[in-house]
Amino acid sequence: MRVLMYGWEFPPIQSGGLGVACQGIVEGLLSHNHAVFLVLPKTTQAMQATNNDRFQVLSAGESEGVVEIEQIATGLYSPYATSDSAYWENLKKLLKEEPEVIYSKNMLDEVYRYAAKAAAHARNVPHDVIHTHDWLTTEAGIYAKKISGKPHVMHVHATEFDRSGENPNQAVYDLERRGMEHADRVIAVSQRTKEMLMKHYGIKEWKIDVVHNAVKPNFSAYHKAHHINPSDKVVLFLGRMTMQKGPDYFLRMAKKVLDHMKRVKFIMAGDGDMMDQIIHMAINLGIEKNVLFSGFLKGDEINRAYAEADLYVMPSVSEPFGITPLEAIRQGTPVLISKQSGISEVIRNALRVDFWDVDEMANKVIAALRYPELHRTLSERSSEELQKMSWQKQAGEIVKVYEKAIKQ
Amino acid sequence: MKNRKYNKTVCFYFQVHQPYRLSKCNVFEIGGKENYFEGPASFENKAIFEKVARKCYLPTNALILELLKKHPEFRVSYSFSGIFLDQCLQFGDIGKEVLDSFKKIIATGQAEVLCETYYHSLSWLYSKKEFAEQILKHKKLIYRIFKKKPTVFRNTELIYSNEIAEFIREMGFQGVLAEGWDHYLGWKSPNFVYTPEKTELHPADRKIAKEMAITKRPQKEIALLLKDYKLSDDIAFRFSNRGWSEWPLTTDKYATWLDAIMGDTINLFMDYETFGEHQWEDTGIFEFMRYLPEALLKRNIGFKTPSETIKAYKPVGQVHVPYLMSWADMERDLSAWVSNPMQESALRRIFELEPAVHRSASKMTRKQAEELENTWRRLQTSDHFYYMCTKYWNDGDVHAYFSCYESPYDAYITYMNTLSDFEEKLTPTR
Repeated sequence: MRVLMYGWEFPPIQSGGLGVACQGIVEGLLSHNHAVFLVLPKTTQAMQATNNDRFQVLSAGESEGVVEIEQIATGLYSPYATSDSAYWENLKKLLKEEPEVIYSKNMLDEVYRYAAKAAAHARNVPHDVIHTHDWLTTEAGIYAKKISGKPHVMHVHATEFDRSGENPNQAVYDLERRGMEHADRVIAVSQRTKEMLMKHYGIKEWKIDVVHNAVKPNFSAYHKAHHINPSDKVVLFLGRMTMQKGPDYFLRMAKKVLDHMKRVKFIMAGDGDMMDQIIHMAINLGIEKNVLFSGFLKGDEINRAYAEADLYVMPSVSEPFGITPLEAIRQGTPVLISKQSGISEVIRNALRVDFWDVDEMANKVIAALRYPELHRTLSERSSEELQKMSWQKQAGEIVKVYEKAIKQ
Repeated sequence: MKNRKYNKTVCFYFQVHQPYRLSKCNVFEIGGKENYFEGPASFENKAIFEKVARKCYLPTNALILELLKKHPEFRVSYSFSGIFLDQCLQFGDIGKEVLDSFKKIIATGQAEVLCETYYHSLSWLYSKKEFAEQILKHKKLIYRIFKKKPTVFRNTELIYSNEIAEFIREMGFQGVLAEGWDHYLGWKSPNFVYTPEKTELHPADRKIAKEMAITKRPQKEIALLLKDYKLSDDIAFRFSNRGWSEWPLTTDKYATWLDAIMGDTINLFMDYETFGEHQWEDTGIFEFMRYLPEALLKRNIGFKTPSETIKAYKPVGQVHVPYLMSWADMERDLSAWVSNPMQESALRRIFELEPAVHRSASKMTRKQAEELENTWRRLQTSDHFYYMCTKYWNDGDVHAYFSCYESPYDAYITYMNTLSDFEEKLTPTR
């Protein structure tokens, strides 16, 4: 199978989970001997250096053509949060050596610009199926299909409802919906997401397949010995400080735990539009001495944070999948996850709570910190579960979706 | 061959048990928790009791009573956990209705009541004294309710070893039940009466058994009845399984199988909830049972209670079970209750409290002391530890089905919080 894939970000240029997932999918497909042509808004020389017969990274700008796209005018937007500033700041940091980056300040402009350039690759690149990711690249897929006539599979990693709650950005919503309606098949990263697609977007059940994410094996230099202070327990939050991720619930839980146990540190890693609010909240709750902010972590710093933690908490209000708990488990750290996440369909050996049930969250955090046997059992059993998961296995599921799309 | 009335006999034993599931208890309630045993939702234990009563206890008892009256040759036996009987006494009209229907069955004289640990506990593993006390407490309860004095013992989940048999013999019992597991039986058939291989008890344990014996002169040998797990599980587990090559299992087909067996006794041991709860009414399980006695009698297969079986047949040999065996899961070991660190730590902690509980009780009024000991012992019920099992949790199987918790972790947290609250009720050391 030859896959023409439209990606938005790819390690090392990334700001969140989409790039990591995209990489996992590509590597999984390659392990099954499929060929992948990955079109990205921007590539580096290093990325292209690995190009070979079966895997080529293509830059949208190099398509040597432009497809005419009808563009709807709208304002600023970011792929993850309601504010684009954090995303943009982050990309600027990552791409500081690249002054003429292709990601422009206006996300929606950028999506269309990308689509116009990237779709043109469909003329030259031989392929059997088109694979797009979220609202960011699905537009490119729609036009690519017009060119080649090959089936379009849209992979939904997150919806506008996850990002913005009950106040979705209409333009983004429209793009998502248009993409799914045009697509021959839709891949949802969880049953939870599938249900949202049916409920909020009116997509038919038969069109959607659930393929959960996986996580790559660990090669981190960090392990459990790297603990901040052996006499203090460490509870970790790692994610963007946005409404979707529930950092405020994390802090309210921290307050309850600290009322009960003194020697606990709560590390909050990541930044986002709620950062100021969260810092103030910690001060108002009177727990600022026990809450440490590490800022945005990248690379192996992330693994270090997981390794140092006694418990990783993901209190997301709405999480289509949530790959971070898998990364924590990979570092041997037990996890507490909100039931409002796709990952809770996948990992059974985790503590689970409703994100709003702060009492129960604190109850479980205290138990995990207080009872070493609980900690050990969670850690051992979840690691066993993780071993059974792989991107190779998930890519096999994705190929089944391609086959359905081709037959359809 | 011996001149005897029947070719062979069937020995039915049904286990009747309901745990006191714990109420929700989070860490913030420790120190002020009341009502440990309502169940995860309000009055859930009562609701479950009622549900099982309607689906299983009442209709099955009606059927068994009907069969005992219709066939004077028919026999059954029951082992009731003490906490099941406690629930009968606690839960008002429905409890009384259930208990009365059991009393009627026992009053026919065709049904035997067995002895077990009152609290359906794993006490054998941790304290021989506690084990023996729970047996005596159970025996008293059986006498109070049914006016019967049990002489045959079955341990929680049929947990058994040479050592348990010897201890039970020393306590004065005449028979003991166990799983007929091939691993220990080898070429031997479970369809005969055996004796356990003799083993030497630790003198301290022997002393406890002697001190707490139910008779002054224990028998030299104790008889061992082994479950024919294949034929038992055909009813208990496979009956409604449409993927099973023998489905549907008719009374005649089953009677033919029993007829073909070589042996004295076919021991069919199962959970009472097989009838109507594990196998729902619409599977035909009641109709199957309704016609089984006559189908067997027609083939000259009779019925005996455990005591009658022991009396009727001479042991044909010894069975050697050096390690603890149970009737649970494929492994027939204790891994359903003691296989992960959470289970081990919870069990260790509840039994470590034994001296503190008795010390505290000795300083209380009799009523308070009884309540304290009762609470401690209800926390020993094996089900609490079963809910913490992670063995098959990854595949989400039978352990998950029988649990009232979302996960083994929730079960553990609730248990440990409750236990912490309980510890605060004990008088501090010194």
